[in-house]
Amino acid sequence: MWTSAPSESPGSPTHFGADACLALEDGRVFFGRAFGARGDAEAEVVFNTSMAGYQEIATDPSYHGQMVVLTHPQVGNYGVQGEATESKRPWIAALIVRDLAAAPSHWLASGDLESYLRAAGVPGIQEVDTRALTRHLRTHGTMRAVLGRLDGGSPLPEQVDRLRDRARRVTPLSEKNLVAEASAPESIAAATRRPLDAKLITLGTRIALVDCGTKHNIARSLAGRGAEVVPLPWTADISDVLGARVGGVVLSNGPGDPERMEAVTALARELLRLTIPTLGICLGHQVLGLAAGGSTSRLKFGHHGGNHPVLERGTRRVHITSQNHEFQVDAASVPAASGFLVSMVNLNDGSVEGLAHRELPAFSVQYHPEGCPGPQDNQYVFERFLNMVGHPTSGADALRIADFGVRNVT
Amino acid sequence: MSRDGELQSAIRKVLVIGSGPIVIGQAAEFDYAGTQACKSLREEGVSTVLVNSNPATIMTDVGVADAVYIEPATVPVVERIIERERPDGLLPTLGGQTGLNLAVELADAGVLERYGVRLLGTPLSTIRQAEDRDLFKSLLLSIGEPVPESVVALDARTAIEFADQMGYPVIVRPGFTLGGTGGGIGQTESELRDVVDGGIAASPIHQVLVERSLIGWKEIEYEVMRDSADNCITVCNMENFDPMGVHTGDSIVVAPSQTLSDFEYQMLRTAAIKIIRALGIQGGCNIQYALDPRSHAYYVIEVNPRVSRSSALASKATGYPIARVAAKIAVGRRLDEIPNAVTGQTTAAFEPALDYLVVKVPRWPFDKFASADRTINTQMKSTGEVMAIERSFEAALQKAVRSLEIGGRSLLWEERSWSNADGDLTGEAMELISRPNDLRLWAIAAALRRNTGVELISQMSGIDPFFLHKMADIVGLERELLREPLTPSLMHRAKRMGFSDVQIGTLADLLPDQVRGLRQSWGVRPVYKMVDTCAAEFAAATPYFYSTYEVENEAEPLGCESALVVGSGPIRIGQGIEFDYCSVRSAVALQEAGTASIMVNSNPETVSTDFDASTRLYFEPLDEESVRDILENEAGEGTDDGLSAAPPIIVQFGGQTAINLAEPLHRAGARILGSSVEAIDLAEDRERFENTLHRLDVAQPPGASVRTVEEALNTAEAIGYPVLVRPSYVLGGRAMEIVHNATDLIRYVNAATELSRSHPVLIDKYLEGKELEVDAICDGDQVLIPGLMEHVERAGVHSGDSMAVYPAFGLSRAEVQQVVDWTTRIGLGLEVRGLFNVQYVLFEKNLYVLEVNPRASRTVPYLSKATGVPIVTVGTRVMLGESLAEQGYRGGLWPKQELVAVKAPVFSMAKLARVDTYLGPEMKSTGEVMGIDFTYRAAMTKALIAAGLMLPRQGALLVSIADHDKAESIPIIRTFASLGYRLYATEGTAGMIDALGIPVVLTTKKLDEGHPNVLDVIVDGSVNGVVNTLESVSARRDQLRDGFEIRRAAAERRVPCFTSLDTVRVVADCLSAGSDAYEVRTVPEYWSFDPEEFRVSSSFRAAPGEGDRGVHGHQALGIRPHETRRSELGTVGP
Repeated sequence: MWTSAPSESPGSPTHFGADACLALEDGRVFFGRAFGARGDAEAEVVFNTSMAGYQEIATDPSYHGQMVVLTHPQVGNYGVQGEATESKRPWIAALIVRDLAAAPSHWLASGDLESYLRAAGVPGIQEVDTRALTRHLRTHGTMRAVLGRLDGGSPLPEQVDRLRDRARRVTPLSEKNLVAEASAPESIAAATRRPLDAKLITLGTRIALVDCGTKHNIARSLAGRGAEVVPLPWTADISDVLGARVGGVVLSNGPGDPERMEAVTALARELLRLTIPTLGICLGHQVLGLAAGGSTSRLKFGHHGGNHPVLERGTRRVHITSQNHEFQVDAASVPAASGFLVSMVNLNDGSVEGLAHRELPAFSVQYHPEGCPGPQDNQYVFERFLNMVGHPTSGADALRIADFGVRNVT
Repeated sequence: MSRDGELQSAIRKVLVIGSGPIVIGQAAEFDYAGTQACKSLREEGVSTVLVNSNPATIMTDVGVADAVYIEPATVPVVERIIERERPDGLLPTLGGQTGLNLAVELADAGVLERYGVRLLGTPLSTIRQAEDRDLFKSLLLSIGEPVPESVVALDARTAIEFADQMGYPVIVRPGFTLGGTGGGIGQTESELRDVVDGGIAASPIHQVLVERSLIGWKEIEYEVMRDSADNCITVCNMENFDPMGVHTGDSIVVAPSQTLSDFEYQMLRTAAIKIIRALGIQGGCNIQYALDPRSHAYYVIEVNPRVSRSSALASKATGYPIARVAAKIAVGRRLDEIPNAVTGQTTAAFEPALDYLVVKVPRWPFDKFASADRTINTQMKSTGEVMAIERSFEAALQKAVRSLEIGGRSLLWEERSWSNADGDLTGEAMELISRPNDLRLWAIAAALRRNTGVELISQMSGIDPFFLHKMADIVGLERELLREPLTPSLMHRAKRMGFSDVQIGTLADLLPDQVRGLRQSWGVRPVYKMVDTCAAEFAAATPYFYSTYEVENEAEPLGCESALVVGSGPIRIGQGIEFDYCSVRSAVALQEAGTASIMVNSNPETVSTDFDASTRLYFEPLDEESVRDILENEAGEGTDDGLSAAPPIIVQFGGQTAINLAEPLHRAGARILGSSVEAIDLAEDRERFENTLHRLDVAQPPGASVRTVEEALNTAEAIGYPVLVRPSYVLGGRAMEIVHNATDLIRYVNAATELSRSHPVLIDKYLEGKELEVDAICDGDQVLIPGLMEHVERAGVHSGDSMAVYPAFGLSRAEVQQVVDWTTRIGLGLEVRGLFNVQYVLFEKNLYVLEVNPRASRTVPYLSKATGVPIVTVGTRVMLGESLAEQGYRGGLWPKQELVAVKAPVFSMAKLARVDTYLGPEMKSTGEVMGIDFTYRAAMTKALIAAGLMLPRQGALLVSIADHDKAESIPIIRTFASLGYRLYATEGTAGMIDALGIPVVLTTKKLDEGHPNVLDVIVDGSVNGVVNTLESVSARRDQLRDGFEIRRAAAERRVPCFTSLDTVRVVADCLSAGSDAYEVRTVPEYWSFDPEEFRVSSSFRAAPGEGDRGVHGHQALGIRPHETRRSELGTVGP
């Protein structure tokens, strides 16, 4: 068995051909075989339970600063495809899998996952007991880790100890400004050139997308509904928004700790003050929560997957959602006086999944209505938002109340 | 909320329709679904009324539903049940297509309206929309979902016109049938004409859909759930390894899909949700798609607005209990109000995430039916299936192949004829790859072994290269194992890729035990991981495990007193759902006795693999390696001294599969509960068995085992013809034949010695007498015989294909006593502890033992229900060491219930092209029904109705009787004539009937000599039934073909065909008695005394005060004991 007490006796990892090691900050180690780029990775490690969509996950900027372990054991089956990128490049620090397909098969595949990651400088490790790792993270919480290669020359215990030491010294997520690196508004324009679904009603609205590390499908979803998307950098202020002459603003998803996002939070406050229709998604939702006077905190191991049930409190409808976040808006923290209420909660753990303002044209969702990967049945969020933008004053309240069933929330 | 509240309060009592007998296309999955639903409704405080004619089901055990009717599920019977029970709702979505069809019939007959019964789950309009191809097509097109171009045809002409437009091939699907019955592919005009004619006949609405062929496209399925608040989730998607063109029930299936990108996965998921919404289903729904492997184009192929075979698979694959949730939704629960029983924390409103792969492989009956057409197409032919769970496709596939239990066949197996003298692949093997059939998987492996490229195999088969590359990896590792020395690293890789110890041994030239020893010394052992619905995201309490070779083991030893029940594996002819029933009952009995139950099984359709049917479930192949690994895991750390610390095992309930494991597991040090391996061997080893019976002074038909033709002839001469011949060590009556003369004997022995060179052939005097059967329980001191059963067909028809009647009638007191005495002697003499089954023949007033099975037999569930004795529970407790006396029972014959229970076999012959349907010593039936009533005729009538063998009161019969049966057939023919039946007969038979002065229509059996011939009258519906008895083997040589054609034509047109005069005699008898003179009651209402009360009050009870311990089986299944409706009964008590 591959254990964390390596030796040269039968049943030791090196005996079974391990050449890479993932060491966690609490000392637990997992052995496997290296793939992808050479070189080590130092980052937090989180697990994602989606069964497909590895390329979308790899290119989601919200994963900047994190290694991802995929719980589905068979990865890379359909190769990599031009249409499956969510940003200009992969952002994950490393990929951890049970089994990587050596020979992918798909009519759209332009290459295999390993080469793709290698070209992007992302290392990986396979043949890991990913379920054991996931159980460990679920029990002990997200933690920092180092992925390193084993070198046949020096004794294994010393190498492993070195990796453990390094894991304990990895800079925590909250101490980095990851958004600054992930924001790339110039790449959005290219993604939205082609509307996804021409059948949808054209609302002809200009929408500013404040890019904190946005997934391209947010832009595509807006553009697909006839909106003209104006990408703005994460540093944009209210004058940039006003200058862009847009009907509404979307605050995007992105990596890292929302409390570091003072500039975006300040922008959100201005948007509320000026009653500019606003939609917050993921990090954007957390920022809106902060702007409303709430607080945020870290979840034990985050939500990462495509199967999270969200209860819409007004209608009591359940939505199956795609999620990828480490932080949450604390449920009780949003002051009633702010006018915001918790419109949606996670059915699994009761955490806040959506905020909606009673009067102002502003709401947010913690989950990813754009899917990619994950369910596509939450696109109603974009429709609601564009409806709201289309009716910014008259009848706006009625519209929102009908949508959210806000009146029934007690 | 108010709407839900109202809904809930309105539904107090629900009628659940079961799926009836096991047939190809409708198997044990509906016992699983119905049992779950009944339990689920009870949790909601809803009382349940169940109707199902199949006694071999857990759901028909008293106590699962509040009222259990083992009655034929026909409109008149169900109307009487509704009249008695007055349910508020009818749940038709859990009884397969049978349940849906019956619901439609009940609605059409105005029964539901008349009694104010609401149809729950799926609206009637939806059932019609999903089944009527035209309505279905227009509905889907109206919501923008693509369906293949098609035309509804009522005749072949329409179909041919369509094919001329679209091009051949085209697919033909009949409306309203199970498992694609009567469907097929038309490659040419004449083929199309045949398939359409067959399909129209198969369809109860006489229409077929002819549709564009999508052969070679990917086939993908989604399981969707929707509640009354319009919340929708998809439980699981599945991808077929075999592309379009193969019925999904006959496809190798992988879950979740492996070759779909997230875009494609979500595209089809979104469509699935749209469809279930449009159909307005409240509950579960199965949607099948064809997806172009070279574009994003897709078509919706089929929608099942109910729980299906696929949803049972999806439930076992994900841990999400679809039937349980569907039942709750049907009575108004919303998904987010239903707790997730697996995690205990979350709700049913989520989508399972799998951190493993599931591979399902079908089990076909072609080992039984060598003459059958092995081609697989849109008509399902498999009788069962296995599922394997592992962490890679390679390992899951190999584990599934191991689970099939086809003579220990691994992926290494090859047919000799596949390679020529140089070892190259022959055309035969290449043909097997291009046309789907049961051997294709092995042929592909054989091709890969000979370096055939993945691309070429993919082109030939349409199978996605992803799967083929994985198979190529397996073959690559085979090569390494062949060539390289076995190192820890290579061993580790092989085990991770799913190679069994036997396979590794074959390749590395070691014995399996040596491989096991080596790998254990290297620390290569399996660990067990949990199926938890959520990919480890949440802690789960479910006790559902599978093996894999990884780091962390999640199945800590139970650490309490426990026993392991070896299940029965895939459903096959000869080993059906009865053994699953027994396994489940045994697990429950263990738990009631305070012993934790550990279930091992590989069959996803069954109740036994429901995670709450036992204390702990291992979803694993039933072979020596995997059971030993499980035992070692349960023994815990540091117990390398064999299996002394492991839980004991129970092998009496899993059919021959489990019995066969007794010896090797015993040798490995496992403790066997109940009868010892020695005792089991005594019954199985012919010579030792004979000696023992001789010692016990119990008679057997004269006979001997022979090795040469001379010996055979001498023996037959000595005992006299006819003789029964069979190869030794072949099970289930396989290759058994009745031989009437020396010529045939020579031919048979020559063929049989081929069959099993090292084993002798057994020759017995064939005694054409009355066949009797008993199931009994022996505790070492006493033998309890719950009841005597008598077969309707004389000896020579396999007991599984015979109609059986409880109680045996027409026996003298002395004869009954003799059976009881002998059974007691045999039980004690063989030192049985637990169950055994004895078959006797009574010939010219003399009793002979035909067979003893040292295990539960297939009549156990039927006899349990007829007598009220919980046979499995009593047997299990005996195995645990509690004597019969301590349980309140005594030896001898249990008091007779004043009722008659008839067990009738059910066949799936329409689906197995080219299989001869005549009944003989080789078993052919797939399922059974029970007719129970106060009189013989009423019980028999109901059994015949439920088995589909009943003839109308008036009609026409085609008769073709063998010469040696002619005299015996006369009274039967007279009965039909007096009923006003029109008789058609073949040349000889017609002459005889004419001579009797009865009008008869001569119908020639010479198919090329004018019309109408025998086939015409069957095909055009002129006759309602066929009586066709078989000539002796030698005479058969010339006549076999026309008899065969008659029988096949009858099977395909679903016309009852009787090959035994005994069967048709009871039909005639019942018809003349009037066919609706029967009762409709719950099972306990037929009992003349309450078995439980009798046991408890019995003066034979050894330990007073202990009799009230344990109500049989109810607590552990989470169900209440039955209520006997004594008030409604006239006379009660023994």
